[in-house]
Amino acid sequence: MISQLFLYHFDPLNFNRNRFSQSNLYHMEKTYYNPKDLKKFGNVSDFQKELGDKFFDYYNTVFADSALSAKEKSLIALAVAHAVQCPYCIDAYTEESLEKGFSEEQMMEAVHVATAIRGGASLVHGVQMMNKVDKLSM
Amino acid sequence: MKSLIAQSHSLSDPDVQLDIINNHNEKIKSLARFEQKLDEIDLFPLKPTGIEIFQINVGYMCNMTCKHCHVDAGPDRKEIMTRETLELCLDALNHEQITTVDLTGGAPEMNPHFRWFVDEVSKLGKHIIVRSNLTILDTRKFEDLPQFMADRGVEITCSLPFYSKRRTDTQRGEGTYDKSMKVLKILNEIGYGKDENLQLNLVYNPVGAFLPPDQESLQEDYKERLWNDHGIVFNELYTITNLPISRYLNFLLMSDNLEEYMEKLITSFNPGAAQGVMCRNTISIGWDGTLYDCDFNQMLKMQTNHGSPDHIKDWDLERLNNREIMVNQHCFGCTAGAGSSCGGAVT
Repeated sequence: MISQLFLYHFDPLNFNRNRFSQSNLYHMEKTYYNPKDLKKFGNVSDFQKELGDKFFDYYNTVFADSALSAKEKSLIALAVAHAVQCPYCIDAYTEESLEKGFSEEQMMEAVHVATAIRGGASLVHGVQMMNKVDKLSM
Repeated sequence: MKSLIAQSHSLSDPDVQLDIINNHNEKIKSLARFEQKLDEIDLFPLKPTGIEIFQINVGYMCNMTCKHCHVDAGPDRKEIMTRETLELCLDALNHEQITTVDLTGGAPEMNPHFRWFVDEVSKLGKHIIVRSNLTILDTRKFEDLPQFMADRGVEITCSLPFYSKRRTDTQRGEGTYDKSMKVLKILNEIGYGKDENLQLNLVYNPVGAFLPPDQESLQEDYKERLWNDHGIVFNELYTITNLPISRYLNFLLMSDNLEEYMEKLITSFNPGAAQGVMCRNTISIGWDGTLYDCDFNQMLKMQTNHGSPDHIKDWDLERLNNREIMVNQHCFGCTAGAGSSCGGAVT
């Protein structure tokens, strides 16, 4: 099963070779994130083909049905997308999760798992703070 | 909510719909044509494999006005098939090649000749499918129909766009989910979903601009959730893709999803699904007797063409078996991913 992000892998036949031409540079986005850039993800191979190809081969293998199903992996990806706060990944894996049959409640619970881990990661350092307080205190 | 036609909405015009899915913007104009994709796999012109399913749209009237409805059905639609036209259907049905009569609408139960017609088709020994919205069976006028259909071995295929109340009610209206659960329990009580002769199938369709999940996997989820939450059983789940026409097209336009949805349908073109599209073994009959290749073509008023009969009064099975099927860009909805038909995924 091709992952949602890789669905946007570029098609070499349709790839716009002139996208970095001077005229296109004049039209560069004024914001850092553009949803349409997700479709250009595959273009990263253009500057370093060997590593790009290896990454996408690996990426597709990761998301294939295996010990975990592609469906389970899509929900994990949705949670991780929120943990790493990647807007492209959130768009892609929200759609992918819907197309894998997850409900809104399941998807939000996955986000809460990411949130709990992120929050817990901060809070657990409170123990380090407490240890230091103990060490410094009389 | 009123139908698009009652609102005098531009999208009630099939020509406007076809123009939008072909020419809405430069990107959509640049997308591959359905004919071209068929041609690449030697399937153009698309020909029938033989008519086995006789799908009759007995009228566009419905007690509901769902947001995605490709028929633009609703209480304000008055198009209803007459008894005379139904009699012409019976004449045409008198052939062993046609094994199944599929009754759709609107709410097919609302046709005043529904019971008489089901009886007559039953006498012909044909398998009958009724496409029910479920909620119509929760009204006093129609509450005896479950038993009526059970007595005649009618298969019931009903809409339930998701196993959760939230998504079902979003698409089909507040209260739909609870009514649907109530009616499914009644159907179970009289044997539907339990007795092997009383098939009860559910239809999933995406509540939004995305493709359906894997049918088998989703069926497991539906079975688990409906049993655990309501003690309901059913036979098969059919996943159906929304085609970009009528009210669903309106949603795509209003939510700025049209371009991406069309692109998704086209990039997900599956040659295997194209081989199995339902128009190859189905004929669709409109409320006024006009013939179409499918219910979607019916709503776009793309009647059977290329010299084959286009009205039930001119029925000629041999010529219809050899017709050329009418296609356009909406057909990508039936060939995306696992494919889609009135019987669910086709691969």
